[in-house]
Amino acid sequence: MSAEKFQNPVVRWIDHRLPVFSMLDHEKYDYPVPKNLNYMWNFGVLAGLSLAIMIITGIVLAMSYTAHVDYAFDAVERIMRDVNHGWMIRYIHMNAASFFFVVVYIHIFRGLYYGSYKAPRELLWILGVVIFLLMMATAFMGYVLPWGQMSFWGATVITNLFSAIPVVGDSIVTLLWGGFSVDNPTLNRFFSLHYLMPFVIAGVVVLHIIALHRFGSNNPIGIDASGPQDTISFHPYYTMKDMVGIAVFLLLLAMAVFFFPNAMGHPDNYIPANPLQTPAHIVPEWYFLPFYAILRAVPDKLGGVLLMFGAIAVLFVLPWLDRSPVRSARFRPLFRIFFWLLLIDAVVLGYLGGKPADGIYVVLSRIATAWYFLHFLVILPLLSVFETTKPLPKSISEPVLGASKGAA
Amino acid sequence: MMKRVFAACVALVLTGPAYAAGGDVSLTERDWSFNGPFGTFDKAAMQRGFQVYREVCAGCHSMKYIAFRNFADLGYNEAEIKAIAAQYEVEDGPNDDGEMFMRPGVAADRMPSPYPNDNAARAGNGGALPPDLSLIAKARANGPDYLYSLLIGYKDAPASLKVPEGMYYNDAYSGHLIAMPQPLYGDDVTYADGADASIEGLSADVTQFLMWAAEPKMEARKRIGVAVVFFLSIFVILSILAKRRVWADVH
Amino acid sequence: MAKSDTKKMTASKRPEDPGRRDFIVIATNAMAGLGAVAVAWPLIDQMNPAADTLALANIEVDVSKIAEGQSITVKWRGKPVFIRHRTEDEIARASATDMSDLRDPESDQARAEKPDYLVLVGVCTHLGCVPLGQKTGEVRGDYDGWFCPCHGSHYDTSGRIRKGPAPTNLEVPPYTFLSDSVIRIG
Repeated sequence: MSAEKFQNPVVRWIDHRLPVFSMLDHEKYDYPVPKNLNYMWNFGVLAGLSLAIMIITGIVLAMSYTAHVDYAFDAVERIMRDVNHGWMIRYIHMNAASFFFVVVYIHIFRGLYYGSYKAPRELLWILGVVIFLLMMATAFMGYVLPWGQMSFWGATVITNLFSAIPVVGDSIVTLLWGGFSVDNPTLNRFFSLHYLMPFVIAGVVVLHIIALHRFGSNNPIGIDASGPQDTISFHPYYTMKDMVGIAVFLLLLAMAVFFFPNAMGHPDNYIPANPLQTPAHIVPEWYFLPFYAILRAVPDKLGGVLLMFGAIAVLFVLPWLDRSPVRSARFRPLFRIFFWLLLIDAVVLGYLGGKPADGIYVVLSRIATAWYFLHFLVILPLLSVFETTKPLPKSISEPVLGASKGAA
Repeated sequence: MMKRVFAACVALVLTGPAYAAGGDVSLTERDWSFNGPFGTFDKAAMQRGFQVYREVCAGCHSMKYIAFRNFADLGYNEAEIKAIAAQYEVEDGPNDDGEMFMRPGVAADRMPSPYPNDNAARAGNGGALPPDLSLIAKARANGPDYLYSLLIGYKDAPASLKVPEGMYYNDAYSGHLIAMPQPLYGDDVTYADGADASIEGLSADVTQFLMWAAEPKMEARKRIGVAVVFFLSIFVILSILAKRRVWADVH
Repeated sequence: MAKSDTKKMTASKRPEDPGRRDFIVIATNAMAGLGAVAVAWPLIDQMNPAADTLALANIEVDVSKIAEGQSITVKWRGKPVFIRHRTEDEIARASATDMSDLRDPESDQARAEKPDYLVLVGVCTHLGCVPLGQKTGEVRGDYDGWFCPCHGSHYDTSGRIRKGPAPTNLEVPPYTFLSDSVIRIG
C-alpha cells in the first residue's frame, strides 16, 4: 500500500527499508488537525523555529568564541568587528533569544486560555514546562558568556540564590562556581552547558511533539474532534498557515536585529566584567523580570527563592488545580476574566522586576505576587466547582459552518 | 481583546529596558546623522572627531578595540592610514635578543593605550579609571546624546553643593560629580576644514567618531536591514495570499 | 476522550495539493527557499578569514643578518617560510640544472628574485610536512637542498623536487624587496 504512495523509485526503495517518507507522509496528510485552529496555534511552530535559529547561530558563534575570562569579551568584540557577518550572527542570536521567550510566553498563555493542559494532555503540558525551565537555564548561562558587567553580576546574583538553601547552600554555590566567586571555571562550565542544553531541549521537544500527536491539537472550542468532518490535513493547510506566522515572526525579528539590535539588551554589558564594582542598576534580562519581582517581593532570602521556584512549580500541577471539564475560556465567563487578570498580573510583575526594590514598588510586587499564587492555588480550584459554564457546541464543525463566527 | 492586551504587553516589554540612567539628569537630544533606519555616519565629522580624540582624549582614554585599518571607514585611503599608523609607537617583540621594542605602527595594529595597565591609569588620574572609549557609545544608555550632553555639561556647581577636591560638577552625569575635568572648551583643536570648533561642534564631532567606534558595522547593518525588511514584507503579503488560496475550500 | 485519539482516526480527505498549480503558492514557496539560501551565505562566510586575520597576511623580514650559507625560518600565515642566503656554489648548481631532469620544470631565475636569497614556503608539496635542512647539521637530502622526513622527498638548492613522492616544487610565496635588506612577504 505504501509502495503506491510514491512515484519515485528511489524514494520507494528507501522507504521500503527506512520508512521516513511514509512517516512524513503520515504527518502531512493522515494526522488529523482540527480545522478551527486560529493564529494562536502558530506559536508552537514558531518556538521550534526559534530553537533552530538559536542552535544554528550559536554553533556558528562558538566557532569564534573563547571561553576564558581574559579573552571572552575580546572574542565577542572580534565577532562584532572582524569576523565576516559576525555582527549580524551575534545580533540574531541576541534578539532571537528574546523573541524565543516572547513566542513561548504567548504559547503558554494560549495553553492557559484554551485549557490545553487538561486531560488527556497533562503530560504534554508538563513537558512544555520542562522545556520552559531548560530554556531559562540556557538563556541565563548564555547571557554570562560575553563576560560584560551584567553577565558577571547576573551570574553572581543568580548563583547566589542557591545559598538560601539551609545547611548545604554555601557548599552548593561553591560547587557551581568551581571557586570562591564567579570566575574562569564558572565561565567554562557555563559555556559547556550552554552548548549542551539546547540539544536537551530539542530532545524534550521531540517528546512534547510525540505527546501532542497522541491526541492531536486542542482547539479554540476545546471540544474533541468527533469525526473527519472536524479535521483537515496538516499539509497544505497548516503548513501554509504556519508560513504566514513564520513570515511575520521573521519580519519582526529582522526589524529588531537590523534597526534596534540593543533595545532588549543592557548598555552595561558593553563594559567588561569587573568583579570589584557592581553596576548601579542591576537587572536580569526582561524575560526573567516577573520571576525577579517575585524573588524580591519576599523579605526573607529563602522564602523569596522558594516562592520564585514555586511560581514555576505551580504550573506543573496546574492540570490538577483546574478541574473544570470545560477546556476553552470561551465557555467559561468567570475563568476568562481571571485569565486576563493573570496576564495583566504577569506583565505588572515584569514591570516591577525592572524597577528598584524600594517604596511603592515593593508593596505592588507583594500584591502582584500574592495574586499570582491566589489565581492558581485558590481561584482556579474554586472556579472548577462553582463556575457556571456556557453550553458547549455539539461539534467543531457546527460553529465553523454555522452563523456564529469562528477563529479571530 | 486578546490582541489589545498583547499589544500592551509588547509595548511594556519594549519600554522596559529604559530603566537605566538615573532620573536626575536630562540629556540634550540631537538629530544625529546616524539616527533612523537610513542613517549614515558623517565621514568629515568622524575625521574631525578622531582629531579631537587624538589631541584631547587620547592622553587618558584608550581605544583598544580600534585598529588603524578600521579608519578606512572614516574615508581615509590606504596611504593615509599607513601615515596615521606610523605616527604611533607600538610595542612589539620579543626580538631575537628577547627584548620588547618599540616600532612605528602599521595598519594592522590596534591603537596603543596611553597607560600600560588599569592601575597605571588610575594612578595617573587621582584614583579614577578613564574608561576605554571603543564601546562607550553603546555602554551608556542613550549613548550619543549622553556623551554629547556630558561634554557640554560642565557647569558651575549650585551654591548648595560642595564639590570635593578632584571632582567636577556636570549636568549630565548621574549624581553630578564626575572625576573627569572638563576636556573641551571650544577651539581646543584647529580644524583643517574650518568647521565649527565651538564646544558644541567639537563635542558633536567626537561623539560621531565614538558612535562609529562602538558600532562600526552600523551602515552595513541598516543597508542590509532595509533589503531584508523589504524582502520579508513581500513574503508576508504573498504568504497571506497563498494561505487564503489554500484555505479557500475549507471556509 | 477516545474520540480524539489520533491513532484511531484520519483526516477527512487527502487534499489535492494546490501548491502544485497555483502561482501565488509557488511564488511563496520560492521566496522561502530563496530566503533560506540567502541566510546560508553569512553563516558559511563567517568561516573565511576575518578582517584582523587578513590584515596580518603580510610580514616584513630583515634578511641582512643571515650569513651566507645560513637559513632562517619565519612564520607567515601560520606556515614556516624558509629564507636561505645561498652560497655561490649553491646558486651555480641550481641554475646549471638541466630542465629535463626536473619533475616540475622551473628555472632558478624564475624562483629567486635576487639569486642570493631563496624564499620558500617550507611545506612539503606531498602531504604538508615541514622538510629538514634549515639548521646546520640537518639532513639536506641527495641534492643538498631540503629533505622531507615524512615520505622522503628530496629538494635541490632551488627548492625543486628531485626525488620522492612530492609532485611539485616547494612554493615560492609572493614577496618583494622593499630595500636591499628588507623583504615583504605576502
